[in-house]
Amino acid sequence: MKTKSNIERILESGGFVVTSECGPPRGADPEVIRRKGNLLKGVVDGVNVTDNQTSVVRMSSLSSCLILKEMGFDPILQMVCRDRNRIAIQSDILGAAALGINNILCLSGDHQKFGDHPKAKNVFDMDSVQLIQTVKLMRDEGKFLGGEELKGRPVLFIGAVENPFADPFEIRAARLGKKVKAGVEFIQTQCIYNMGRFERWMGMVRDRGLHERCAILAGVTPFKSVGMARYMKNQVPGMDVPDEMIERLKSVSKEKQSEEGIRICVETIQRLREVPGVRGIHIMAIEWEEKVSEIAKAAGLLPRPQIT
Amino acid sequence: MRLSYPTNVKIVKVPCTGRVDILLILRAFESGVDGVYLAGCLEGECHFLRGNLRAKKRVQYVKGLLEEVGLGSGRLEMYNMSSAQGQRFAEVAREMTEKIRVLGPSPVKRRGDRSKVKG
Amino acid sequence: MIVANRKSLEEILTMLKPYKKVLLLGCNECVTVCAVGGEREVGVLASELRLARAKEGEEIEVREQTLERQCDHEYIDQVRPFVGDYEVILSMACGAGVQYVAEKYRSKVVLPAVNTTFLGVTLEQGVWLERCQGCGECVLHMTGGICPVARCAKSLLNGPCGGSSNGKCEVDKELDCGWQLIIDRLKELDQLDRYEEIIPVKDWTPARDGGPRKRIREDLRL
Repeated sequence: MKTKSNIERILESGGFVVTSECGPPRGADPEVIRRKGNLLKGVVDGVNVTDNQTSVVRMSSLSSCLILKEMGFDPILQMVCRDRNRIAIQSDILGAAALGINNILCLSGDHQKFGDHPKAKNVFDMDSVQLIQTVKLMRDEGKFLGGEELKGRPVLFIGAVENPFADPFEIRAARLGKKVKAGVEFIQTQCIYNMGRFERWMGMVRDRGLHERCAILAGVTPFKSVGMARYMKNQVPGMDVPDEMIERLKSVSKEKQSEEGIRICVETIQRLREVPGVRGIHIMAIEWEEKVSEIAKAAGLLPRPQIT
Repeated sequence: MRLSYPTNVKIVKVPCTGRVDILLILRAFESGVDGVYLAGCLEGECHFLRGNLRAKKRVQYVKGLLEEVGLGSGRLEMYNMSSAQGQRFAEVAREMTEKIRVLGPSPVKRRGDRSKVKG
Repeated sequence: MIVANRKSLEEILTMLKPYKKVLLLGCNECVTVCAVGGEREVGVLASELRLARAKEGEEIEVREQTLERQCDHEYIDQVRPFVGDYEVILSMACGAGVQYVAEKYRSKVVLPAVNTTFLGVTLEQGVWLERCQGCGECVLHMTGGICPVARCAKSLLNGPCGGSSNGKCEVDKELDCGWQLIIDRLKELDQLDRYEEIIPVKDWTPARDGGPRKRIREDLRL
């Protein structure tokens, strides 16, 4: 084992991993995180905290991770390249490790035009692939990007994201290959609705042997309503929602739609467990964290091993 | 055809409305005219193929400038007609004159004095 | 060429409020090519200024002068004989030109009539597109001749990001995803294996980030 990460530990022992997400508040109230954390107790092996997701200002991922760590979770720090240059990035990596955070998820980040401060300057001093390289360099070689030695290596389990539903499809496995080459150890995918396309992507990934060099956690998100499904289909880039799912939600009454959405999610998880190379599930229930426990239970993912 | 049309319409002959430049129209307004209109061939029948389409775009553009400047876009128009349509020509002249009469004299007009066109 | 957008008439009139005698300077190079600050546009702006002032019953004298360029001393010098007759200079050149005129005529207020935007190309008459960000370290040989810094909204060197959809960028449905273009081109050139190479973090010192830049050729200095 390279790190103290709970996810790494479970993966090494051949287990199936369950992770989820917490969205921090648009304010300085730590109770919001604590409340969300409480909903996930005993349900996850690791929990992501998003980093100003969709470029909307929220409490920082690092501080929220610390609050969750104090509650007994093994948090996953999400770090985007949009807002920080390499100096701040390396500094935050050291800080996270010092505070006992064991996992980092490296992302490029949504463009600032989507958020509440579209006039901001964007940074993108590096991209997600280079960020992965940076963490690996600091952890395994004890060096800064500039080449100098650092004292006290940050020990973090390195993760990233891949989206099998973004274009161009043909290079999505090659892109994962780049991240693996850069040093990524686990991947969380964008939420999956189109199983066919996901399975094709996994085929390409397996052909390159990437599933053995990093752990792929398949992402799922339950639909709250047919409106949400339509929104995700039409308004969110890089999302592939098949029409059959929309039809399925439409076919039930309004009050029953969220129940159906959960059912679809549970079925998806069960199908994903059968896909060779999938080593875990990442449940993203945006502003619906209370359902994660129900979903995990229905999908037969509980109980989770104790976090030591 | 010897039809009559209002005497306040001064005609500037050009080989094609495509010859009419943005600056030509603006300078006309600078000199104090109350309105300007272009009479071009029917769309699709431009003798020089697309000149009247270029003119149409320029007229739209200048209408925007006239709004910004405060003269209003109504003082400039583009009309299309064939050279055989004498009646239409007279009709348009009357129509435009009436339009401008309602809008009133151009606020840029200086009594008597022809203001300098070039600085 | 350098591409710019004309400032609104409202903004220009506000800048010119205190002045009655204006020297309007156009430029015969880039801003002519992108139809924003050449001789014709000088004529149009001068006309607009006169009309707008006349409408308010106010005076303005605008001298229209288009220089070959405003980024070379010799051309800016040409207005020296009459620059003293004017209260203010309104330049339609790019930011470089405006500044150079200001540096030469230190006692004169020099105002910008355009917003300088990008280095670009002409797609067709009336349409100009950004192509280059002047990052100072060209990588076009690695990306099939398409720039990841200028044409990717996030300047990713190992793109595309997860927001690329149907060849379009997440920022704008009409905007091509720079990395889709690069991948397509690499395919056409039979260089798709280049895509597998990780491009390391960029050195931004030769870009704006390193501070204002200069270029010197000693052999040309007199």
